[in-house]
Amino acid sequence: MMEPVKLTYQVDDGNYLAAGSASTNVKKVLKKLGIPSDIIRRAVVCLYEGEINMVIHANGGQIDVEIDPAAITMILKDVGPGIADIGKAMQDGYSTASKEARDLGFGAGMGLPNMKRNSDEMSIDTVIGQGTTVTMILKMQESL
Amino acid sequence: MTVKALADALALNILSPGDPDANIESVYCGDLLSWVMGRADEGCAWITIMSNQNVAAVAVLVDMACVILAEGVNPDADLLSRCQNQDICLMTSEKSAYELAWQLHELLKL
Repeated sequence: MMEPVKLTYQVDDGNYLAAGSASTNVKKVLKKLGIPSDIIRRAVVCLYEGEINMVIHANGGQIDVEIDPAAITMILKDVGPGIADIGKAMQDGYSTASKEARDLGFGAGMGLPNMKRNSDEMSIDTVIGQGTTVTMILKMQESL
Repeated sequence: MTVKALADALALNILSPGDPDANIESVYCGDLLSWVMGRADEGCAWITIMSNQNVAAVAVLVDMACVILAEGVNPDADLLSRCQNQDICLMTSEKSAYELAWQLHELLKL
């Protein structure tokens, strides 16, 4: 039985160069653990979208990933402005991203919907002015 | 078809060779990174006009065979160095995304 693996990453505010580094590292770990490639792909999409959100909207934050035989749990916690209207934020194509972010190929309004689609469970805990915590769970068995 | 054979056939300009023997399994065109992340397949050739460093992050996360910058677009310095450091195949072409996609289709017969 595989021991649970815990990983923690700091995401810097506005650091587009580092965006993707947590996802890339988690991907390497999942590959080493022999996790099925379709689950790796979904986990990576969830994490990358989350990382980008933290960089472009939320002054950075912290990502905690726990991998155990039953599931991959990803908790993305930021101290950003919070999400004013989660219903709108979950709609495909809705975005409040800056022009700078859009010029870089982000801000298509796909982030949260992609995260929802690629995880088995997702919850968003947000408080205006205090921050947002997104928790995503991918179950190992479902894709086996 | 390998990346190297494709580069020869379409006279692509190789800026970072990555793995020249990587096999191209499919083709994806797009510039919105979330779309590409969500939809491009592993082992694909990705045609885009995006030229910043986040292209490298997407290419690595999706395990692409190569990235082709179309329409005479050149990568910025950060993207180029990241591709060279992470062994990502990055090539450029003066051709339009449509022309490249059509020629890839003809070559690969996908």
